[in-house]
Amino acid sequence: MRHETTVHETSVHETKLHETPAQDVSDESQQPLQRPRTSRLSPITRRRMAAFRDNRRAWWSLLIFGVLFVLSLGAELIANDRPLLVEYQGETYLPMLHEYPETTFGGFLPTATDYRDPYVIEAIEAQGFMLNTLIPYSYDTLDLNLGSPAPSAPNGRHWLGTDDQGRDVLARVIYGFRLSVIFALVLTAGSLVLGVVIGGLQGYFGGKVDLIGQRLIEVWSGLPVLFLLIILASIVEPNLWWLTGIMMLFSWLGIVDIVRAEFLRARNLEYVRAARAMGLPSRLIMWRHVLPNAMVATLTFIPFLFTGAITTLTALDFLGFGLPAGSPSLGELVAQGKNNLQAPWLGMTAFLSLGIMLTLLVFIGEGLRDAFDPRHISAREQNA
Amino acid sequence: MSHPSSPADNIGTAASVLRLDDLCIRFGQTAVVKHLCLEVRRGECLAIVGESGSGKSVSLLASLGLLPGHAHVTGQREFTRPDGKTLDLAALTPRQWQRVRGGQIGFVFQEPMTSLNPLMRVGEQISESLRLQQGLRGNAARQRVLELLCQVQLPRPDELIDAWPHQLSGGQRQRVMIAMAMANQPPLLIADEPTTALDVTVQQEILQLLDRLRRDQGMAMVLISHDLNLVRRHADRVIVMRDGECIEQGRVNEVFDAPQADYTRQLLAAEPEGLASDLSTEDAATPVLTARKLEVRFTRSRKLFQKRPADFVAVHPLDLTLARGETLGVVGESGSGKTTLALALLKLQAAKGEIHLENERIDMLDRNALRLRRRQMQIVFQDPYGSLSPRMPVADIISEGLRFHHPTLSEDEVHQRVAQVLEEVELPSACADRYPHEFSGGQRQRIALARALILEPRLLVLDEPTSALDRSVQKQLIALLRELQARRGLSYLFISHDLAVVRALSHRVMVLREGRLVETGTTAEVLGNPREDYTRALIQAAGLG
Repeated sequence: MRHETTVHETSVHETKLHETPAQDVSDESQQPLQRPRTSRLSPITRRRMAAFRDNRRAWWSLLIFGVLFVLSLGAELIANDRPLLVEYQGETYLPMLHEYPETTFGGFLPTATDYRDPYVIEAIEAQGFMLNTLIPYSYDTLDLNLGSPAPSAPNGRHWLGTDDQGRDVLARVIYGFRLSVIFALVLTAGSLVLGVVIGGLQGYFGGKVDLIGQRLIEVWSGLPVLFLLIILASIVEPNLWWLTGIMMLFSWLGIVDIVRAEFLRARNLEYVRAARAMGLPSRLIMWRHVLPNAMVATLTFIPFLFTGAITTLTALDFLGFGLPAGSPSLGELVAQGKNNLQAPWLGMTAFLSLGIMLTLLVFIGEGLRDAFDPRHISAREQNA
Repeated sequence: MSHPSSPADNIGTAASVLRLDDLCIRFGQTAVVKHLCLEVRRGECLAIVGESGSGKSVSLLASLGLLPGHAHVTGQREFTRPDGKTLDLAALTPRQWQRVRGGQIGFVFQEPMTSLNPLMRVGEQISESLRLQQGLRGNAARQRVLELLCQVQLPRPDELIDAWPHQLSGGQRQRVMIAMAMANQPPLLIADEPTTALDVTVQQEILQLLDRLRRDQGMAMVLISHDLNLVRRHADRVIVMRDGECIEQGRVNEVFDAPQADYTRQLLAAEPEGLASDLSTEDAATPVLTARKLEVRFTRSRKLFQKRPADFVAVHPLDLTLARGETLGVVGESGSGKTTLALALLKLQAAKGEIHLENERIDMLDRNALRLRRRQMQIVFQDPYGSLSPRMPVADIISEGLRFHHPTLSEDEVHQRVAQVLEEVELPSACADRYPHEFSGGQRQRIALARALILEPRLLVLDEPTSALDRSVQKQLIALLRELQARRGLSYLFISHDLAVVRALSHRVMVLREGRLVETGTTAEVLGNPREDYTRALIQAAGLG
């Protein structure tokens, strides 16, 4: 029964094929004849992409997340305490690129201009104009002219209110989003490279390499990450790169298992043996024949690694072991929300921004996983 | 023959057990079985033969209601119980099905390795259906299981009743499967390629067992097989199927001796035939591959606080020479060390002993030097589905080795060579841009052959290249291999368990058993006049004797 169901789809055409090898009866193989030589996507990949796109929830999540991330990359052009453009006495200034002393605009101090100062604004607007960004505050701009004590509630001036130091919450969310995603991207990419290399070597060579490697990994994974971070925080001022580095030391461990198992399986496949019989060196065999197999399982793991990284950063910031004070961070916003229950917009904003971001990522991950699942694809085709 | 044909009325007196009338099965748009009519009578063995994909298994699975939900089945299906009551199989409820399957119809599957639950003892698996169908429990059930195990001639039944499936060999597992199918003395037994996965000598025993059980219990049997030899010896009537249609049916000797349909004739003629062409004396004197005292051992792992067990010797020391343009057939049952021997000769497996390739000793070479020699010795594997990377287009698969060994070739030259070699293995050059999944088994094996040939090897190891293929495809491949040998002066090391194919291709034959050389000599000597009993048993089981 097992035999019949698996062989079935291909074997129906088999007998016909022998007579006319140039013609294939199955539907999917008729287009490939005209397929341009340049297309390097294998049919499996194309089918998976189609499956992903058919999952509307995942596809829209990817689009929305993509747009949000691209927008946040230009955070400086959206939320900044410096104007995009200043026209003063017929001359044009670009405050984002250059520091101009206040004297440029008729002030007294030789220090850098504070474009939020009502005096400066008045001076500039008297003899020109200034073009502000959509949100005229950066993540660290203290608004000294709040009508009420900080944290102030949302109003026309601060759309999501301010935090307990009088900083604009929306600006902090935008910068915080960017920071979280970049942290997660770097961490995921780094742990992917480490995990695939280490897991791949262990799986491909097996034997002693594998045995020793696995024992070392077991010891390594026993180290308490949080304590290490706390100790680190007392020695150096932890910045984004320190944090990424420390987290990367441990986050690759999850990938190793998957990659190792896939390599162990694939190294005895006949086409890998055939490649060895052809005399190809191990690195080429691993790169060309084994890795593509292992990547399927690994790719489906990535979105979850990604969300894990974001949550970790948030948790560390919430506890105060994360980014240096003053950095725009969602975890710090959560902590502020907790400390200022009288200002619910802080907690709500933190909750919603984290919630939406993680939900989008989980949807994307789910879509990816389903797209790579052969059972899912065949079920989809049967329904079609 | 697309119109429904009525079953030949051969065993006129016996009552019909299973009757299929105008059975049609579709998966989506694809019709897999078209207007099939068949009837099995009491005590009769009906064989269904056909190549893979001809719909032979599907039609019987459909009659048992075992097809996946998206299969569309029409036509009348009737099963008559021994008490004379006729059931309409198309209208059974799931509860009624449970009584019929196992109780009234037994099923033996092809793959003994995977059809037993690995986490259940043998006895429990058999008694499960006894409990469900007859309500037997405890000691009564155990007694009945022992009885069944004796019936299927399992050695040491009182011991093996408590064995786990992994402790049994393939043949023993198949016996357990048969005991399970026979547990409730069903009036009908369906055996779907029951011996394909087994060694020839075991095949013989299993079929004799089935024959005996059928005679003793007056059971009807449907034997699904692609092996014509086996059908001729064990079946009463035969149905030949192709592309889901019944091509011909009738008594076995009538169909085999005087086939009416062209396709049946073609199937019968597809038995490998011919012999290897003679070697010139010059070629015969030029050895391509020589091995002396080649031995492969596997060290077994030591358990804690125990002495390391003795090494497992996969290949006992043996000598071997292969001349230019010669084919050496290596024959033996599974586990005899054929493949290990081949891998050792190619240095893909650690081994002791000397190996010379064209006057150069290669067992002492370091890895890089060896890698360059690999061009001269290539291998084609058994499984045409597993030996091609599914992610690479055919052109890349074939050219990969070429690009590595000849990095100076331009892109155009590579393309040209790929086209040449595709032509040589008789595939259209349009194949180059396609992916392996678009090809049939026989075509894939040609691609694997092209991948090996493009490196212009002196020696080609063929590890069961034909055993996953249908007979008619095998025949084409054998013809191709012969032609290539003549054209290129290739030496083949041809590994197979199929003596008919070995006879058609080899100049000399080596018979291996449990890693030891049993007998060696020219093909005519060994297969025509065997000295050893084991060789004789193999030949007889293969139906060549």
